[in-house]
Amino acid sequence: MSVMVIAEHDNSSLKLATLSAVTAGLRISETVDVLVAGSDCGSVAEAASKIAGVKRVMHCDDPAYAHMLAENMAPLIVSMSEGFTHILAPATTAGKNIMPRVAADLDVAQISDIVDVVDADTFIRPIYAGNAMATVKSGDAVKVITVRGTAFDAADQTGGSGSIETVSAAETADSSAFIGQELSKSERPELTAAKVVISGGRGMGSGENFKLIDAVADKLGAAVGASRAAVDAGYVPSDYQVGQTGKIVAPDLYVAVGISGAIQHLAGMKDSKVIVAINKDPEAPIFQVADFGLVADLFEALPELEAKLT
Amino acid sequence: MKVLVAVKRVIDYNVNVRVKADGSGVETSNVKMAMNPFDEIAVEEAVRLKEAGVADEVVAVTVGSAASQETLRTALAMGADRGIHVVSDEELQPLAVAKVLKSICLEEMPDLVIVGKQAIDDDSNQTGQMLAAMMKWPQGTFASKVELNDSKAVVIREVDGGLETVGLSMPCVVTTDLRLNEPRYASLPNIMKAKKKPIEEKQASALGVDIAPRLTVVSVSEPPKREAGIVVEDVSQLVDKLKNVAKVI
Repeated sequence: MSVMVIAEHDNSSLKLATLSAVTAGLRISETVDVLVAGSDCGSVAEAASKIAGVKRVMHCDDPAYAHMLAENMAPLIVSMSEGFTHILAPATTAGKNIMPRVAADLDVAQISDIVDVVDADTFIRPIYAGNAMATVKSGDAVKVITVRGTAFDAADQTGGSGSIETVSAAETADSSAFIGQELSKSERPELTAAKVVISGGRGMGSGENFKLIDAVADKLGAAVGASRAAVDAGYVPSDYQVGQTGKIVAPDLYVAVGISGAIQHLAGMKDSKVIVAINKDPEAPIFQVADFGLVADLFEALPELEAKLT
Repeated sequence: MKVLVAVKRVIDYNVNVRVKADGSGVETSNVKMAMNPFDEIAVEEAVRLKEAGVADEVVAVTVGSAASQETLRTALAMGADRGIHVVSDEELQPLAVAKVLKSICLEEMPDLVIVGKQAIDDDSNQTGQMLAAMMKWPQGTFASKVELNDSKAVVIREVDGGLETVGLSMPCVVTTDLRLNEPRYASLPNIMKAKKKPIEEKQASALGVDIAPRLTVVSVSEPPKREAGIVVEDVSQLVDKLKNVAKVI
């Protein structure tokens, strides 16, 4: 077996989701190779070479890869794919954007969002918003896979001594161009990597009221998330959304506030270690998955919770 | 300008899906079916482009069993002009669906293809990207806004860190995210009108593309169940439980 992991990064640092993909790769093979493609991303290649289990880093530095456009990334990955049996990427929006193009170019299936490795050909992945788990076996020569970050521990960022090999750019396309980005600025931990997450739903009533959530998040060192309803209502930006088609989180503690608990939301957080639900409706489905439920008016409970946390 | 949209018939998003006792899949008999919600958004976007005078024709395509025609009719009732039903009794995997759509694209030569970012049954999130790769077209995935001007599409994408804007030459593929629009309900007169709109039937097996499945489903099982916990009296008790019982704060 020979595994390539596609590194996700912002040209200066490695995204944590990459480390989970490395762990999944190490379940298939004793070592993995990592492809770091970007622009002025030498520090990322350096960091990738130190991950435990990484044998070789393929470092491709070219402005064409600065924003990981799928139209450019896929041909590069395909050009490097010779000899690899598995190509893995984190199931982030970048991985989901790029990898199906790689699979199509190689004329193989993609196995999306795996949560477990059974053997080199067989993987487990959630379907129907996680209401069923499918064990699937691939008959393709190359397995193109995206990895659910919360399902695999992060690989150790130290202890590795991989070689760094410079590789040249592949054919690039001028059919797509990066125009700009509007990234949410936050001092808080990243939603998918946080130990504690507190999310608000439609019950918050307004974006302004998310201040109540923020205050508790500050006390807990938590990341802030939201249900689809809260995002659709415009209370918070779309990157806050936790759920089937949003972000998947599995923190030690997940606090759902004013969230009824639609199956699509549960799909994004039900693997959390401890779930707390605060909702004034005792019949809300969220209570069926909560370890601790508090039936209360959130506008009273949140300030009180903030005051009682030290 | 011609817009092609692809729609899939799936179990309605409100249905609580149950795994079959023999582990071969999920229960689909006597279950309410509907158009994949992301595909509704795709149809809506295409119809709005037509209403705005940007698109001349909206063609809806589905790949699936005879029953999928219902889903195609829904797309026509929402405002698509005509339908193409690629009939296959076997459930096709994303790679095969992309190949079928490629063969339709080569025939129809659309300027824009809009598909849902993922189907809520297999949650694959692949078909649009695969089609784009096969056509060597650019893609704007997870779109929350699409603007067309001078044979360019400017797409705002929902990405993990926030929003990203890309410019794509056309033809291109756009996959829809939730915030792109709010799909309309088809009115009764439009549902009646849709019955008269043309649907062309093709057999998937006759398209000359390899639609054999590449993945075998070994088994389908229930996820681990979470048991409901306890209801606490007040905030003090909640904090106490989190500190001393769960030990997570």
